[in-house]
Amino acid sequence: MGKRLESMMEWIDARFPLTSTWKAHLSEYYAPKNFNFWYYFGSLAMLVLVNQLLTGIFLTMNYKPDASMAFASVEYIMRDVDFGWLIRYMHSTGASMFFVVVYLHMFRGMMYGSYRKPRELLWLIGMGIFFVLMMLAFTGYILPWGQMSYWGAQVIISMVGAIPVIGQTLSNWILGDFMLSDAALNRFFAYHVVTLPVLLVTLVFVHIIALHEVGSNNPDGIEIKANKDPITHIPVDGIPFHPYYSVKDIVGVVGFLIVFCGIIFFMPEMGGYFLEYNNFIPANTLQTPDHIAPVWYFTPYYSMLRAVTVNFLWVDAKIWGIVLMGGSVAIFALLPWLDRSPVKSIRYKGPYFKIALTLFVISVFVLGWLGTKSPTPLYTLLAQIFTVIYFAFFVLMPWYSKIDKTKPEPKRVTG
Amino acid sequence: MADIDKKQEMNGRRRFLVAATSIAGGIAGAAVATPFVLSMMPSERAKAAGAPVEVDISKIEPGMLLLVEWRGKVVWVLDRTPEMLANLKKLDSQVADPKSEKPQQPPYCKNDTRSIKPAILVVEGVCTHLGCSPVYRKDIAPADLGADWLGGFFCPCHGSKFDLAGRVYKSVPAPTNLVVPAHMYLSDTQLLIGSDKESA
Repeated sequence: MGKRLESMMEWIDARFPLTSTWKAHLSEYYAPKNFNFWYYFGSLAMLVLVNQLLTGIFLTMNYKPDASMAFASVEYIMRDVDFGWLIRYMHSTGASMFFVVVYLHMFRGMMYGSYRKPRELLWLIGMGIFFVLMMLAFTGYILPWGQMSYWGAQVIISMVGAIPVIGQTLSNWILGDFMLSDAALNRFFAYHVVTLPVLLVTLVFVHIIALHEVGSNNPDGIEIKANKDPITHIPVDGIPFHPYYSVKDIVGVVGFLIVFCGIIFFMPEMGGYFLEYNNFIPANTLQTPDHIAPVWYFTPYYSMLRAVTVNFLWVDAKIWGIVLMGGSVAIFALLPWLDRSPVKSIRYKGPYFKIALTLFVISVFVLGWLGTKSPTPLYTLLAQIFTVIYFAFFVLMPWYSKIDKTKPEPKRVTG
Repeated sequence: MADIDKKQEMNGRRRFLVAATSIAGGIAGAAVATPFVLSMMPSERAKAAGAPVEVDISKIEPGMLLLVEWRGKVVWVLDRTPEMLANLKKLDSQVADPKSEKPQQPPYCKNDTRSIKPAILVVEGVCTHLGCSPVYRKDIAPADLGADWLGGFFCPCHGSKFDLAGRVYKSVPAPTNLVVPAHMYLSDTQLLIGSDKESA
């Protein structure tokens, strides 16, 4: 039996690089031996991606991308399709959990300097994934055609219309109409289920290829490839991904699924944060709900959008708000070149970086919270202050990361 | 000798042919993309659906806001009380464009009340910031809008404020006054929104 399997593998390997691929990316891919809790989120993001793809396919079997039928078809899935409620809640909870794990994954990179040389391109590909993910979340949220779907999309599309000169034509082209209507819903469905998922899967594949080319960073931020065994040429601080990290990641999956199932079964709306109450009302093109806010993962950027209230340099406050909002996402891409610290990991960085990162995290949370609230003069002022802190983290980084008192990096990875 | 010829060929003739083929291919690619890109513009059916609408305003009462749908947008018709009209003057210093200098209205509405008949305001209920529909707040000095609020429209999305002539306040995200659409009176109580010419 064993012999037959062996000859079958030989037959395949002569025609397709199966064994060598398995070795290069799993059984002989050497990852640093000191991965910790923060290294769960890459594989968890892949798990959520699979969840979204699978549940998404089953949702398309009953969903109707038609402005007059969309809302009812979602309710039909929830009430009349066997286990439709479960599949939809897996998908809607998965969307929020996608952002949870991706934000934690990005924060891990910021703590341990995973964006630094030679991983700049890996970081940029990751930013591409983040962008596509946001597009997916946006197009997906429109599909139920509830009040929040409609007015949320209205706000975002109006930003396109605000672009000088070509804005109005561009907005007509995106919407396929002069306002947000059935035509837009229909095409956003096409983007959500075909264009963007294909792009996302491709980018994730490229992200992993790039990762396996340069090798993983680790909590100490030192290169394990710099210290290889002279005979085997295997990094002395590396262990094969399979079985060591494949098994470790399964532990992460179990922990994640406990939380995930808890949300699906006990609080799928998450108190209005994962599914907003106003979206249980069909879209009404004549009336904006009294309180509109995006889903939680967009609220920090949304806060910055409305934080700008004064015109500046002959440009309307509105345009500045949009620029700031776009900039707040895009600026992450510059991190590899903003960080001038001689060390990568927060473990060896000095107090300035630690204070800056703490203030940054606080500002993200405060802006996120403000984004769920109705604007009042006090909240607008708070949003302005924390927007400045948010950007200061990036803009001042070349300065504070350079003069910071760092500790020497170790030669070998530590515990 | 043959080798040198080959090299020269690579530098001259062949390079030209490669460039010419690439450019021709690029043009063909752009040509093929054109119908796909244009297919995404508003269709003929969408273009046709922009006809003006007639509104009967005989039943409107002072202070009452009427919602009308025109081209998928909401248009407000508001019958302002004499008190509301008097308050507009007091707000001249607080609004960004008190004289309606920016072309947000047809010329016949570029006046103090931004309307044809002083009392009747016809304005698109679409915030000039990002397209939300502001809320009609006629209450004077409510707790959430401050003591000097004299009635107006408040946008719940980003906090922009407009007075009862649709004029935008200073220091809010919205850059311009609300848009007054083309409109005309067919009779005393019959309003046509979307056109200001007899023929249309």
